[in-house]
Amino acid sequence: MQKYLLFFFIIIFSSSLSANIFEANDSPWDDGKAIDLRWELSPMVQQVVISRYVSDDNWIPVHSSTEAIGSFTDTGLEANTEYQYRLNATFSDDSLVLLTSAMPSEQWFYMGKLGFLLILLLVCLAILYYIHAAHHGKEFFIRHIAGLDSMEESIGRATEKGKPILYVPGISDLDDIQTIASLTILSHLAERCAEYNTDIIVPCRFSMVLSAAREVVKEAYMKAGKPDAYKSDNIFYLTDDQFGFVAGIDGIMLREQPAANFFMGSFYAESLILAETGFSTGAIQTAGTAQAHQLPFFVVTCDYTLIGEELFAASAYLSRDPQQLGSLRGHDFGKALVILLIIVGVILEILGISNLKEFIAGAIT
Amino acid sequence: MKKSLPLIFAFLVGFVVLLSEFIPHRPFNQIVSTLEGWFMIISGFAILLGQISLIRMNTYKIIHKVPNWQYNLAGLISFALMLSFGLLWGMRETPGILGHGEGITAWLGLKPFDYLFENAYLPLSATLFSLLAFFIASAAYRAFIIRGLESNLLMITAIIVIIGRTSIGTMLTGWLPESLSFWHIPNLADYIMEFPNTAAQRAILISAGLGIVGSSLRIILGIERTYLGGGK
Amino acid sequence: MKMNILIERRIIFTVLFIAVALPLIFPIGWKTEVSGYTQMVYDLIESTPDGKVGIISFDYDPSTMTELQPMGEAMIEHAFKRNQKVILTALWPMGVQMAEQALETVLKEYPDKKRGVDYVNLGYKVGGMVTIQAMGRSLSEVFPTDSRNTPYSEIPMLDGITRLRDIAWISSLSSGVPGLKEWMMVARDSHDVPVTGGCTAVSAPGFFPYVNEQRQLTGLLGGLKAASEYETLLGRLGSATAKMDSQSIAHLLILVFIALGNIKAYTTKRRKG
Repeated sequence: MQKYLLFFFIIIFSSSLSANIFEANDSPWDDGKAIDLRWELSPMVQQVVISRYVSDDNWIPVHSSTEAIGSFTDTGLEANTEYQYRLNATFSDDSLVLLTSAMPSEQWFYMGKLGFLLILLLVCLAILYYIHAAHHGKEFFIRHIAGLDSMEESIGRATEKGKPILYVPGISDLDDIQTIASLTILSHLAERCAEYNTDIIVPCRFSMVLSAAREVVKEAYMKAGKPDAYKSDNIFYLTDDQFGFVAGIDGIMLREQPAANFFMGSFYAESLILAETGFSTGAIQTAGTAQAHQLPFFVVTCDYTLIGEELFAASAYLSRDPQQLGSLRGHDFGKALVILLIIVGVILEILGISNLKEFIAGAIT
Repeated sequence: MKKSLPLIFAFLVGFVVLLSEFIPHRPFNQIVSTLEGWFMIISGFAILLGQISLIRMNTYKIIHKVPNWQYNLAGLISFALMLSFGLLWGMRETPGILGHGEGITAWLGLKPFDYLFENAYLPLSATLFSLLAFFIASAAYRAFIIRGLESNLLMITAIIVIIGRTSIGTMLTGWLPESLSFWHIPNLADYIMEFPNTAAQRAILISAGLGIVGSSLRIILGIERTYLGGGK
Repeated sequence: MKMNILIERRIIFTVLFIAVALPLIFPIGWKTEVSGYTQMVYDLIESTPDGKVGIISFDYDPSTMTELQPMGEAMIEHAFKRNQKVILTALWPMGVQMAEQALETVLKEYPDKKRGVDYVNLGYKVGGMVTIQAMGRSLSEVFPTDSRNTPYSEIPMLDGITRLRDIAWISSLSSGVPGLKEWMMVARDSHDVPVTGGCTAVSAPGFFPYVNEQRQLTGLLGGLKAASEYETLLGRLGSATAKMDSQSIAHLLILVFIALGNIKAYTTKRRKG
């Protein structure tokens, strides 16, 4: 009986040893900088250490574990280079060394982002289609945006009082699309100011925004036929410091008493301080931001507020350029698509089918 | 040419960066990496542009004695002080041109730059942010007025969230049994923030996101060009 | 008696000032309850194994330090407590000083922790989101030296840490741009590194949508209350807990102001109508 038991144990042990697997494979759908390592060892393993060969018999440990079955992704590698790995497994009375190698390579597509790409393509194609339609004479309706209609009222008030207009292009740098949207509004506003001979003051938080804003206002004055009226010193850099910038603007509001304040772009914790100070000076205030969490503060303290996408629609609204208006119809298509996806997604989730959610979420998992 | 070159550049760069988001293969990742390097270098130099603008604008106002020019002078002096202290003796463990300035540090207790930072810049900045509390109080006093059903709902929600975000909320309904824990004010406040608030925020975020896609596409295709100055 | 809106504002400011100042002088010691968002942040660091490296990015300046500095201190302390190593960095110029100050405070309790071995301050880098993208490719290229000019390759704790994917968790303490959102968009969405962080209370509602099933953000510390909750979880009597009494009183006072505003609106309406 003991012989049979011993024989049975040896069979089990040897089969478990023969099942020892250590594999290295190129991580799929990536930039060729990672290798997936996988191991399956006897359950009696106590310690697993994986090392990567560097040079001259020099191995650096990249991972350690106590699990018999596991995986690890070694990152930060060079594409198209062969990498050797060594697995040292320690058992209670024995040890095991396994070797493997793999070469990471770059792929031509991030498969996880397929869902993201499809949605983006659909929205972009819709925008392009409507731009094309507008180019061929199709007219599009755009609803009234009170915040932009009020621009004339603000300029009128400033002209009457002989006071300047203050324009704050947000606290973000030029790499934020909200700042660029803000500069397009500034261009239209500056042109109207030039026509009415009203000064426009533009304090900037970043130097890149400063140079872009100067260019925009200068061109606007030239377009209005009054290049001599352009004052480059009215567009100036204050400071990179968030609340230093706010202090500077508050000072301008209290000293210069602008008749109208425009806060357009990206704003954070400083929004209420700016808008409340403006409110106390009695200026007409218009704000616009896609930072949803700052909108309540602007709604409370400003006369007009551009909410979210209205900021991006401003350029099309003010220029009435048919091609730009056409692109707004493309946004509406995007909204319809998102609503459809939400409804379908909710129904599928209720039915216990998660494929759609996983497909779309692939880009961020 | 002055306009078309930046437009071509914007198109090419925009298109390549967009493609690289989906293609991990060379040369796209290398091009984007180079472009990122360029951006960081330009951003670094742009800081200088800001300093020049600051000095020019303030000097102009001081020379022409525009009203309140004293503030501009104070601004320039502060700028010059911080800059020269930082250059001469450095900050914390970083030495300046004259080393660590042991003598002046022993006298002040800190390096001159750190002394000004700790005792002038820090309290001034914090004071400005703390104004927010005062402005929130006065804005709330004006804004939360009962006018109709919507404003009623807004006010009730505000009261729950305001109390729920304090220690008082915990004390007021802390005695509620586990089965009624949903009605515990901090939990109610969390519910409002997690569901109705998040739903509304997401709706605005999604529509703003679509606006960003549209604006970016218009810029890449050169339809939107006012940011370069002027229209078509 | 009819009051000018500016005089009303001044009265509100004065009363609020007194209400905030008194509890700071005479602390009440009210307790706060830990919210799910704070618990998630705590659990992320708590569940990270010993020896792993995390990043805390100080993306703010002294103006918002009242709310954000206690978070920075608590997070460094938590990482030290769990024997994790921390890289301190900043996307805002003044963030470097904030990081150093937070370190100084925590090191008083943990004098055995060594620079370069348990923590390192890599300093400030201009460029915002682009900098984070570059960090995703190579940390040493973005930060060739730390804030004390020690070369990256000579910092022992950074051995084997080449890019963002080698980091266990990232926390951005953010009061604007660049900040938490940029870290989330690049480090979480592109490099799959868990991102968490803190922001000012007024910005918190904007970040809650990102604390979702996809874990775009792993929890969020929104304002002083969350900082005080984190201190409670750590068992630390920090500055946030001390300031919570003031905040609670200020909130109560705002409720009183809302009530007064309504009474005023009601009486004005009656007088007119």
